[in-house]
Amino acid sequence: MSTEKVQIVEKILDANDQMAEENQQAFDKNHTLAINIMASPGAGKTSLILRTIEGLSKDYHIAVIEGDTAPVTIDADKVHALGIPVTQINTGGDCHLDALMVRKGMQALDLQDVDLVIIENVGNLVCPAAFKLGSHINVVIASIPEGDDKPYKYPNIYRGIQSLVLNKTDLKPYVDFNFDYFQKGIQVLNPGVEIFQLSSKTGEGLEAWLNWLRAQIDKKKHANQ
Amino acid sequence: MHELAVTESLLATATEYAQKNEAKKVISLNLLIGVLSGIVDDSVQFYWDMISADTICSQAKLNIERQPAKFKCQTCQTEYALNEELSPCPNCGSVNIRVIAGDEFLLQSIEIEK
Repeated sequence: MSTEKVQIVEKILDANDQMAEENQQAFDKNHTLAINIMASPGAGKTSLILRTIEGLSKDYHIAVIEGDTAPVTIDADKVHALGIPVTQINTGGDCHLDALMVRKGMQALDLQDVDLVIIENVGNLVCPAAFKLGSHINVVIASIPEGDDKPYKYPNIYRGIQSLVLNKTDLKPYVDFNFDYFQKGIQVLNPGVEIFQLSSKTGEGLEAWLNWLRAQIDKKKHANQ
Repeated sequence: MHELAVTESLLATATEYAQKNEAKKVISLNLLIGVLSGIVDDSVQFYWDMISADTICSQAKLNIERQPAKFKCQTCQTEYALNEELSPCPNCGSVNIRVIAGDEFLLQSIEIEK
């Protein structure tokens, strides 16, 4: 009997990262833009997704992958009501989506003519940050009533994102939210990230978000493989 | 919070390498975990004891090395280490900084019995 040391040096989530890469290649092949929406529960993921569908579905084919911890179809039903293909993934209590779950979602949808896939992650500011899905764009939705200190308390979720939405701006008069303090935290974690301030409820600021998204979808549509 | 999923991935990787090297048993695992990775050591250990039972990794010890956070200012190129992670560059005050160490999450090696 002998003992020996085996050198490995492998990322512990390498299997997930690799599968995420394959998911992204599959999206690329279709010229489909995939965005991953992350936020705390109640920040307004579903309502922004619904507003985004309303704003873009005239010009683009959209599909939605809904992640939920419990087998309730509240969110999926709302998307379905807009006539948009949607598939729901139940994580079975898990706090995040991973690349394998997204792959199952992709298999359940016909992505052939889809321009934009919106993936709604589980409401959580901690765990989704660690698991790549294969999305091209990762977005965090923050909201005014959550408070301005979230970048300082949940730094990891802000590091890997390409865009940040600050939702519920209609509540600014009622909540002490220091935007400069919030923005400074974001800047240190992710210099230069796009920030959109909007209200899904009133529609204020929504057009800038939609225009940015249109540009990203068009870029992917016309990208060379 | 997601340490169970992470620990399952760790067990799968360690088992794969153990089998590839014809191990009878895994004695220990050496991990490098950055302080910014958000992984809680105690939780990993807790799940490890639970899910590694009755596997080739049963009773294997987890040696966890913590990698401190290091940042590099993209404006003046100063490298610095701070515990308070949301601090601007101490030299020029720029917020254009990059994490250069501290977000690792690696299985570096395992010790096996043949």
